[in-house]
Amino acid sequence: MGILESLKTLLFGKHDVSEGKKDEKPEPAAQKTEPVHVAEKPADVIVEKKASIIQEPKEEKPVAEKITVGHVHMSGCTGCLVSFADNYEGLLTILDKYADLVYCLTLADVRHIPEMDVALVEGSVCIQDHLAVEEIIETRKNAKIVVALGACACYGNITRFCRGGQQNQPQHESYLPIGDLIDVDVYIPGCAPTPQQIRNVCVMAYLLLKGNDEQKALAGAYLTPLMNLAKAGTEACGCDIMTQVINQGLCMGCGSCAAACPVRAISMEYGKPQIERDLCIKCGACYAQCPRSFFSFDVVNQYEAIMDAIDGAMQP
Amino acid sequence: MVLGNYKQVVAARSTDPEILRGSQDGGIVTQLFAYALDAGIIDGAIVAGPSDEPFKPEPMVATTREELMASRGTRYSISPNMELIKEVTRSYGLDKVGIVGTPCQMQAIRKGQLYPVGLRDVPDKIALAIGIFCMENFPYQGILQLVEDHGATKIDNVRKLDIGKGKFWIHTERGATVDLPLKITHKYEQPGCHVCLDYVANLADISTGSVGTPDGWSTIFVRSAKGDDIWAKAIAAGAFETKPIESVKPGIDLVTKLATDKITKNQKYLESRATEYGVGKALRNPYI
Ligand SMILES: Cc1cc2nc3c(=O)[nH]c(=O)nc-3n(C[C@H](O)[C@H](O)[C@H](O)COP(=O)(O)OP(=O)(O)OC[C@H]3O[C@@H](n4cnc5c(N)ncnc54)[C@H](O)[C@@H]3O)c2cc1C
Ligand code: SF4
Ligand code: SF4
Ligand code: SF4
Repeated sequence: MGILESLKTLLFGKHDVSEGKKDEKPEPAAQKTEPVHVAEKPADVIVEKKASIIQEPKEEKPVAEKITVGHVHMSGCTGCLVSFADNYEGLLTILDKYADLVYCLTLADVRHIPEMDVALVEGSVCIQDHLAVEEIIETRKNAKIVVALGACACYGNITRFCRGGQQNQPQHESYLPIGDLIDVDVYIPGCAPTPQQIRNVCVMAYLLLKGNDEQKALAGAYLTPLMNLAKAGTEACGCDIMTQVINQGLCMGCGSCAAACPVRAISMEYGKPQIERDLCIKCGACYAQCPRSFFSFDVVNQYEAIMDAIDGAMQP
Repeated sequence: MVLGNYKQVVAARSTDPEILRGSQDGGIVTQLFAYALDAGIIDGAIVAGPSDEPFKPEPMVATTREELMASRGTRYSISPNMELIKEVTRSYGLDKVGIVGTPCQMQAIRKGQLYPVGLRDVPDKIALAIGIFCMENFPYQGILQLVEDHGATKIDNVRKLDIGKGKFWIHTERGATVDLPLKITHKYEQPGCHVCLDYVANLADISTGSVGTPDGWSTIFVRSAKGDDIWAKAIAAGAFETKPIESVKPGIDLVTKLATDKITKNQKYLESRATEYGVGKALRNPYI
């Protein structure tokens, strides 16, 4: 498992796998205040980074170089960004060690979409809003990797149900997943996408761009299924469980799809998923979670080492 | 590689006669969870509990020894244990989760940890995943047909179902035994099992099954660092009686043979799906 050893050294130099790492959750009250701190911190980070980004080789950080990341807000509820922030101190670690947040309307004072390595796009695009259309095109031009963050950007999700006529933009009624307008590289489905899934993609994107050859290979293998989802299209539904898994003779009744569904649209009847189709919000979580949608032995067989490495990478 | 990565393989059985009485083989699963619960390693475990219908499993969260006892024994039908993996951390409030499952369910849990698309805050809470060997599984309707039609036995009268020594065994409450050749059972297997490439739960922390060891004993693979730690502690606590696997019959070779047979057969089927079904149309292969 040479890949992972070197991955660990790259990520933190000295390696310490704290197996019994006590659950870092403070009591609920304390948790609630976390995002507030988080919301202030990155802004600070950016300000001081602005100078250091332009300068070359920096301090004595064990990490070679950071990547630049932006959060592009289309028609979404900010839940995806909140989910990213719900990594709590992990978010600070990501921003401290691996990524500079160069664009984020909520957290960073930058008005126009700059050049960046990774654009995390939240929300679908309202095509009656010309500014939104311009911005998504701009995003594609300026970002090396475009990630559809969350189900609205990937599949339309809840915005599929919009019918227009609402205050104060009654003409805003047509919302497209970003993949209908631009090429998208990676999907992170789910409503909301989970903090841990976002975290894992961030670490892997970092390795893909800044790692050595072995690390690039691992990150590539990890990200491939999420890239394939991006190639597969912009429609998702609980029906995918029927058409792509059961109808294909692949379902073995594990129940992961039911666990993943955020609206409890899936129940298990006699060992197979039963989808309440009217409840489905078209988030794509069920299909992506199913071990029979995609499963890479190369990646999953190394789960222990990968998880240790990600854990380690998240240490402040 | 058909047996996956493991740190050690050993023959064992529980030292608790009460557990052994109702368990399928060496009572490994129930004993391990009971020990882990006592030792505070887990807060509870997702197991295949009983349901309203005999031998139809229903996933359940066991947080007491009594509940674990109620889940002893194999039910040869689909128990979607992953269905509860998020709920167990929510309404049940568990922070350290145990789960038992077939090899495919162990795959589901590890994929879920690496790609927690819809499993917020779950990945870090898996404290002990126990895998059970598995050649195939049956929809409940299939079990009913095997027992009631082929076996001519009312399912309410069945005490234990077992697959071993090339046969499907039906043991009734009144002591009668019916056996069916496995040839008959094949058509009742669920189709999803035919693309399955894992026999001995390669991705579990600890996996166990009956094959390889004498009746009443189990074969155990200790796999992950976590599994290794828990197994050592359980042994130190006197939870298990063990024997070197080399000292028992039929031994590890049979496990290797069955694993190889299963994987070879299913690999071939997977490949045939790419061509067999018509003109240039392939069925989907989930393994990339
Ligand atoms: C469908 C199936 C096929 C199997 N095929 C083989 C085989 O080919 N070779 C082999 O050696 N062993 C096989 N086993 C495993 C074997 O039957 C025993 O379950 C295993 O040895 C554990 O026995 P035990 O005495 O340690 O566990 P016990 O202490 O009896 O506990 C059994 C545990 O398994 C859980 N369980 C029962 N039924 C299911 C289910 N359907 N799905 C998920 N969890 C369940 C129970 O909740 C309980 O926690 C199979 C099991 C199943 C469910
Ligand atoms: S997650 Fe996939 S394999 Fe598991 S029950 Fe759902 S559809 Fe079937
Ligand atoms: S069934 Fe549930 S998980 Fe699947 S797409 Fe619909 S809402 Fe999402
Ligand atoms: S044969 Fe494979 S797919 Fe079928 S139940 Fe067993 S482990 Fe799951």
